[in-house]
Amino acid sequence: MKSPKQNIITRIGHGSIDGIWSLGVIARFLMQIVLRSGTSLRRFSLVIREIYASGVRSLIIIVVSGLFVGMVLALQGYQTLETYGSEQSLGILVALSLVRELGPVVSALLFASRAGSAITAEVGLMKTTEQLQAMEMMAVDPVARIVAPRFWGGVISMPLLAAIFSMVGVYGGYLIGVVLLGVDEGAFWSQMQSAVSLRQDVLNGVIKSIVFGFAVTTIALFEGYDSMPTAEGISRATTRTVVNSSLAILALDFVLTAFMFKGM
Amino acid sequence: MERAALDFWVGLFVMAGFAALMGLALKVSNTNGFGNSSSYRVEASFDNIGSLKVNAPIKSAGVVVGRVSKIRFDNKTFQADVTLKLDSRYAFPKDTSASIMTSGLLGEQYLALDAGGDSKNLVNGDKIRLTQSAVVLENLISQFLYSKASDTPKNNSNQGAATALPGTHP
Repeated sequence: MKSPKQNIITRIGHGSIDGIWSLGVIARFLMQIVLRSGTSLRRFSLVIREIYASGVRSLIIIVVSGLFVGMVLALQGYQTLETYGSEQSLGILVALSLVRELGPVVSALLFASRAGSAITAEVGLMKTTEQLQAMEMMAVDPVARIVAPRFWGGVISMPLLAAIFSMVGVYGGYLIGVVLLGVDEGAFWSQMQSAVSLRQDVLNGVIKSIVFGFAVTTIALFEGYDSMPTAEGISRATTRTVVNSSLAILALDFVLTAFMFKGM
Repeated sequence: MERAALDFWVGLFVMAGFAALMGLALKVSNTNGFGNSSSYRVEASFDNIGSLKVNAPIKSAGVVVGRVSKIRFDNKTFQADVTLKLDSRYAFPKDTSASIMTSGLLGEQYLALDAGGDSKNLVNGDKIRLTQSAVVLENLISQFLYSKASDTPKNNSNQGAATALPGTHP
């Protein structure tokens, strides 16, 4: 037997090689999806079905969390801003934090756990029950018929969900700030409008959510497609989807933020 | 689920998404970022710009008339060269003066323009001659302390911390 020390070193090496390997496979997988999405564009009803599954059905959790995040931001921000006598700026605080960061990131995290896990479980079960192989036997390309519509469904849904999250959050902040805590309504909106710029903040937030949409759906589909065809394999793949896409979202968020808001 | 119901809900979802995007664009943000109006640029040199930033507002009589577009250090004159991007709707006389002000006590710094009386107006590429630097709080405090110290008669110079400072008159 190997000594425990050696064992750790072997595991580190194995882990890094595994990571690089799966990064390459995911990139190749993404390319395959994009190359074979002709079918989903021709039969757009397939994509619509997936937008329903991952977009419409995530709507409730997105709206409710957006509302609560906005309300909590307003409550917390009010406490701090009141110390400096500038509670008028509450609108800026709520809108900027939602549009720039919390909207895209939190909705992507929710999307990963709500829709991403469902995609992985679905594709994984199809693989386990040999439906994907059966399709191949019938000369139906499973990537074109199963994977690509789910991919585009997720990619289309994600920015819309993030926008809904931000907008609902802003209204949640309005509800707490203006209606409950008595911040002046005119100041709330006008200060927000003067501080939030369409290109710098809103557009960058949308770009972020599009990138997250790509990342989350790619990871979810890959984990499902790559899962071990057993019950345990599906459960592991689902867990990996949530963990990996959450980590990917946070890492990508840092990179994108560093690029977008550098020196501002 | 039935196809029509599916299409309906997806359509509703997409519409809600675009409505939210429109809301973010129109209700939450300003559209100044796209620079839809034309502008002209003038330069101004300052001894000290304080904490003036690129994109800081330029105000005249309190109204925003432009933005600071570039700030750089001139290694020949050892001054800060500020490029002002002014909205072409507003014309200013050639002897307009520029000064750096602070909005509120601790607020952001902005550039204030005070119109002069010249009959000719500033055009693209002109330079504003009359400038007034930002007020640096530390300088202000030290000036105050120095003048305070020099005012104080010699016999009761041990009254406070301020008078204990070296009393060199500026």
